[in-house]
Amino acid sequence: MRSPDDWLAILETVPDPEIPILNVVEMGIVRGVDCTEEALTIRITPTYMGCPAMDAIADDIRSTLSPLAEEESLSLAVELVYAPAWTTDWLDDTAKAKLEAYGIAPPGKTTDKRALSGDDPEVRCPKCKSTDTELVSLFGSTACKAHYRCRACAEPFDHFKCI
Amino acid sequence: MTRMDARFDYLLRLGDDALILGQQLGLWTGHGPVLEEDIALTNIGLDQIGQARAWLTLAGRAENADRDEDKLAYFRVQADFRNALLCERPNGHFGDTIVRQFLFDAYAVGLHEGLCRSTDDEIAAIARKSAKESAYHLRHSRAWMVRLGDGTEESHAKVQQSLNDLLPYVGDLFHSDACTQAAASEGWGVDPAGLREGWNTRLEDMLADSGLTRPETVPEQVGGREGRHTEQLSYLLAEMQVLPRTYPDAQW
Repeated sequence: MRSPDDWLAILETVPDPEIPILNVVEMGIVRGVDCTEEALTIRITPTYMGCPAMDAIADDIRSTLSPLAEEESLSLAVELVYAPAWTTDWLDDTAKAKLEAYGIAPPGKTTDKRALSGDDPEVRCPKCKSTDTELVSLFGSTACKAHYRCRACAEPFDHFKCI
Repeated sequence: MTRMDARFDYLLRLGDDALILGQQLGLWTGHGPVLEEDIALTNIGLDQIGQARAWLTLAGRAENADRDEDKLAYFRVQADFRNALLCERPNGHFGDTIVRQFLFDAYAVGLHEGLCRSTDDEIAAIARKSAKESAYHLRHSRAWMVRLGDGTEESHAKVQQSLNDLLPYVGDLFHSDACTQAAASEGWGVDPAGLREGWNTRLEDMLADSGLTRPETVPEQVGGREGRHTEQLSYLLAEMQVLPRTYPDAQW
């Protein structure tokens, strides 16, 4: 009989389909694990309302957990919840370091309101670490990223939007 | 109007605005003036579709007639759509799309901010999520209003014309009726008329930075909230609904 923490540890083997360097727990997408004697319920929340990866994530979670849930004769449900709203503050320092090593500039703190409403926050180039960077477009390769360019080394890169 | 009717109607308005605008933005796929804008417009469209899904799911539950988000999106006729007329104005050229987006975003940020305080937990949860997205969209559409308005003579003239053409269609956004009065008095929705002041400030603020002006008098058209739509919506629905109506049992 697995505990909620055991299930969480298994969920840590499910990568985010668009940013596979992070798993769905590190991304803050998994919001809770409920386990009774009959049922296992995983609650997930979208990073963006229209994030097209959500269905893939729910499928990946189901296909990873269902054989294990069957072993314990548990029904499995993946539920979508909207509250509390996902925030990049749920990415911890380890996750942010992984993003940077992967070539994606990690988000700052949301207490830095510049990200949403006006001036650009300071964004560090994941390649040469210069902060002399410029915004190319507020929208990047996925819903959660913006497109930047480094003035120092000319590297184009994605910046994880801070929300 | 019963409480459930008002709730269904109100949620449809929220969902249909997002759905119709999102569908139109999706039409820019592969047609943006530059690659970054192609991606930006379709990303904004994606957010709108995501919001539409959440609102329409709630609307379906409020109606309690076994209609989910897909049934509501694909199997209603034009007269049953409750989107604001602004959202169904055609994409036109890039400037037309940006002006439409700015006028909507400047309204949506106030709307979502208000709905964050809804007494209904589900509405408040979707609003808190949407509020972050609409603030980001406004930042983008506002930046383009300033860039085009304060750009070349041609870009200024074009976007000024777009503004003159589209301003008459904002009426629905601020239109109060029995449905919105029920929503506001019971605390789960907001009174649209109360959103005009904030919208006006955002508009004036943008005008000051862009050098654009607003016409002295703007006759406003309403009707979308009651299902009185323009011709454009029928073409849009025909394209959006043709596949599920042709193959109603098809699964993705």
